[in-house]
This record gives sequence, C-alpha cells and structure tokens, in this order.
Amino acid sequence: MASSGQLRPASGHTPAPDGTGSAPVIKAVRLRHPWRNLIAVVLVVYAAAFLWDAATRKQLEWDVFAKYVFDRRISEAAFNTLQLTVYSMLIAVVLALLLAVMRLSPNPVFKSISWFYLWIFRGTPVYVQLTFWGLLSVIYPTLSFGLPFTAPLVTLPTGDALNVFQLAVIGLALNEAAYLAEIIRAGILSVDRGQEEAATALGMTWSQTMWRIVIPQSMRIIIPPTGNEVISMLKTTSLVTAVPYSFDLFTRSRDISAETFSPIALFLVASAWYLAITSILMVGQYFLEKRFARGIGDARPDKGATADPDALLVDGRGPLGFLRSRGRQKREEL
Amino acid sequence: MTDTLMVDADQVYKNFGANQVLKGISLEVKRGEVLCLVGPSGSGKSTFLRCINHLESVDAGRLRVDGVLVGYRERGDKLHELKPSEAALQRRQIGMVFQRFNLFPHMTAIENVIEAPIRVNKASRAHAVARARELLDRVGLADKGGSYPAHLSGGQQQRVAIARALAMDPKLMLFDEPTSALDPELVGEVLDVMKALAQDGMTMIVVTHEMGFAREVADSLVFMDGGVVIESGNPREVLANPQHERTKAFLSKVL
Ligand SMILES: Nc1ncnc2c1ncn2[C@@H]1O[C@H](COP(=O)(O)OP(=O)(O)O)[C@@H](O)[C@H]1O
Ligand SMILES: [Mg+2]
Repeated sequence: MASSGQLRPASGHTPAPDGTGSAPVIKAVRLRHPWRNLIAVVLVVYAAAFLWDAATRKQLEWDVFAKYVFDRRISEAAFNTLQLTVYSMLIAVVLALLLAVMRLSPNPVFKSISWFYLWIFRGTPVYVQLTFWGLLSVIYPTLSFGLPFTAPLVTLPTGDALNVFQLAVIGLALNEAAYLAEIIRAGILSVDRGQEEAATALGMTWSQTMWRIVIPQSMRIIIPPTGNEVISMLKTTSLVTAVPYSFDLFTRSRDISAETFSPIALFLVASAWYLAITSILMVGQYFLEKRFARGIGDARPDKGATADPDALLVDGRGPLGFLRSRGRQKREEL
Repeated sequence: MTDTLMVDADQVYKNFGANQVLKGISLEVKRGEVLCLVGPSGSGKSTFLRCINHLESVDAGRLRVDGVLVGYRERGDKLHELKPSEAALQRRQIGMVFQRFNLFPHMTAIENVIEAPIRVNKASRAHAVARARELLDRVGLADKGGSYPAHLSGGQQQRVAIARALAMDPKLMLFDEPTSALDPELVGEVLDVMKALAQDGMTMIVVTHEMGFAREVADSLVFMDGGVVIESGNPREVLANPQHERTKAFLSKVL
C-alpha cells in the first residue's frame, strides 16, 4: 500500500524504509456493478429454469437413463471406446513424430513422403478412410511380408490377421497422425535454434539433441493442442461403425435404443459417459502440462519451481523472460 | 613448431550462398594463449568461431585444432567430409559459450552441466555430479545447482554456461560475445571467471567488445572487418597505436 514514500515531495519527516510510515491506508467505497449483477441474476434464473425443466421433462426419460447408465453393455462399450482412443492415439503419436521429423529433415525424399502422407490423410474424410480399412480384406485378400519382387516370408489371409477392432484402431491412428504431425512440427520449430546449437557444440549427436533438448522443450507447445486432439479422438471413435465395428459407446447405445425404443435416454447415457471420460482425460492433460512446464512455465517466485530457496530472491531477467510471461499467460487462459 | 599450435587457420573461406563472409582468414593461437577477436558487427567473427568447431563447414582453406583438421579428413590430395558422429567427437574437445547463454531451460543448473558428460562421454552420474559441483563452485555458483536458468540472473546464467562447457574438459574454449547480452553491472563477474580460466592456462578465443579485458588478459588481438583480418598483434600495442584506418575508426567507437 504505502510503498512510494520516496516519490512524494519531501515533507517534515523521512518515511520508514519499509514503507510503514504515516501514509494513510485508503478506505474507499468499492465500485459497484449494478448491471453486471442484474444480468447475472437473470442468467442464473434462466439456467435454473432450464435445468428444472430438463430434470422433470418426460420426453428425456430419466427413468430409462437411470436404468441404463450403469448397464453392463454400456460400461463395456465405454471401455472399448476408451481403448480405441488410447491405442489409436499412442500409435498416432509415434507415427506423427516420425512424420514431423521427416518433414523437417534435409532429405528431400523423406520430406516428400511426409508431405504426401499429410496430403492424403488430411485431404479425405475420416469416415471414408475407415470405410476403406473395412474393405481392406476385399482389396487385399492376403497380406504378405517380405522384400519386394521376392517370395514373401509370410502370407496371411487379411481377415485372420486383423479383426475389426484392430482395423478401426489403424484407421483412426493413421488419420490422426497427419494432424498430430503438424502439431509436433510446430512444437519443434518453436524451440530456439540456439538450443540445438548449444547441444551440438557440446558434442551431442542429432538424436540426443532431439530427445534430450528439443522435444522436451517443444512439449509445452505440443501438449495443449494434443489434449484437444485426444478429446476429439474420443468422439471420432463414434465413426468406427463405418469399419464396421459396433461395440463402441455410441454404436452400442444406438443399438440398445433400437431394442428399447428410447433413443433419447440412451443418447443421454452415451453423452454422460463421453463427458466423464473427457473429464478424466483433462485431468491427465493438466498433470502433463505441469510436468513439462518445469523451469519455464512455472517461474513464479511464489510457486517456487526450484530446489533452492535463495534462487527465488534473484530477479531472473534472462533471455527467457518472455517465455515465462507467455507461459503464465497461457495458464491463465485455460 | 606445429605442436605448440592449438588453432591454426590458413586462408579460411566461408560463403553463405553468394554472400562471402570469410575471405581468407589466417591466424594462429598457441597452446595456453588467449586471443581476442574484435571487429564491427557482421564482419564474420561468429561465423569464424562456428567454423572452428564445425557448426559451419569451411569452403576453402585449412583449419586445424591441435594439429587435426576440423570437419574433414585429408586422404591423398582429397578432403573427405567427416560423418556427423565423427564431427561430434571433435567438438567434445572444444567448449563454446554463446552471447545468449543458450542454457537448457528445462534443466536445473547442475543438470545443464552434467548432461553432456553423461550422454556424450558416458560418465557415471555420481562422477558427473561431483565434477559439476566442483565446476559450479569454481564459477562461484556452488549454491545455485538446483536452480532453473529462469531463476538466475544473466551473469549467473553465463557462468553456468561456462561451467557446462568446462565439464567436457575442453582443450580450447570459444567465447562469442559472452557479455554482450548482460546488464552492465553483471559483466564483471563473467569476465572475472574468464580471467581466472585464462590464468589457469586455458587456450581461449574470445570475441568481445570489452577492450579492457583484451588489454589485460589477451596475448594477442585480431581486428577483423568484412571477412578479412585487418590488423593483429599485441593487444596493448594495437589498442594504443592502431596502424590501419579501419582499426582506428572502430576503436574510436568502442573505447
Ligand atoms: N547461417 C547464415 N546464413 C546466411 N548468412 C549468414 C549466416 N550466418 C551469418 N550470416 C551472414 O554472415 C555475415 C557475418 O555474420 P557474423 O559472423 O554473425 O558476424 P559477426 O559475428 O562479426 O557480427 C553477416 O552478413 C550475416 O548476415
Ligand atoms: Mg556475432
């Protein structure tokens, strides 16, 4: 409060150095916001009315909702959806990393392959891609492994090698990889060139530099949009019926509703499960973001990202100052 | 004779496309010597330093560190480019300190220092940590090992960067304007560390605008402009009595 003693013209006495001099503490009447309060009240009333109406509305069939929300078939389908999401995301991340690195490599062949992949998989609808994967055994009745133009080492009927769940995972993963690759590329490009230079000058190889220095720093940029992608993937799994795989949450709910003639209730059931899984995923994202903000995102002295309390007293106005404030801003946006 | 030379540059040329940045740089640095490289911005000082540890490749001429050709292998009358892994091996023995520190922001000070010894030299963690503590102590930061770079002042960050380079036991240290990004009151602490390093016998090439440091610490001073060496010699003599017009013009601006 009374901290600017030195800025005031000299009066009879010198203010105490800690600022607790004789400056009067301001006791102002707080600014009121009558309109803001009024609008808030109106909105709350409307929201309450809507919720009350929804809770009591017959057409939403809450009794059916209650009956099916913990139905064994539904919870199993939710687990299948979660598995589809997690597996396809994991494969997509690995593939995307490869594609991003290829796109950034000086090798023109790698670059073109990566570009072509992105062109195909971002340029066609995922529903169509999933349908194609479902037709794989029609297009390629057998799968052979070996070198081109030599006798294959192994040959399998496609239908035996891959079931519909696996085809769904492949379809989702390959599509997702194209989007993730761009996110990862942007993350890698966001890391200051000086970092790579310093690591190289220390004798680190290119892959050491990538894994230890560049990628950990790019994670801060990569994770938030990737979180988006995971949540989006959770909902895209509802398209696997195109393969056709029918044991995911949405398709299963729809199939049950066809038996019970209560589509609305079962879509509410599915929505509740999607929301629940999304919430869990968001918690995971929060912890991942915290983990990769080490040293940068959390440079607020009051939060103390350091093992050394003395260091907190130092004003760290380094070249990374701007990064810190940007990181903080990001946090507040979320 | 040559085995006393740590750095031996002979007619080094470097182009970026059509832009000729180094146009025949020749200079020698003896073992244990400190050479200060000065010159106006854009004269190619950073590029020359980067050539010395092969962050850039030389287009013509010969550049030797401790008698070994940098970035190439001479076989018969042909030069063969080294593989990236071989170039990395050469770089281990050359420490580099940057204007903008380039500490790894996601690692604490001590993690910055132990990273290369563990990953590159395959040192044991315990050994690397012990050595890192020693080095941080030597640059006056014994109590800052657990701090992230963002929590350190510029001067402290640059001293960590020096410790990080020293952790690889280099026989040559390159400094590219190590104090140019620092607030004036923090310059001294970094120069003191460099001075101590020079007194311990480290061979150093220092690009700097700190003429006081050059006068006091350097064994020789090289003035570069437009990609060529304009003038070189004993720093006290060159600074007191520059021979060339361009040297005079430059010194009148920085002194
Ligand atoms: N990677 C690069 N690509 C193209 N031009 C470069 C590159 N690095 C430096 N240059 C050019 O080389 C010249 C010398 O730069 P530099 O060595 O940084 O000079 P100094 O360090 O003396 O200020 C400048 O004209 C700069 O634009
Ligand atoms: Mg420079």
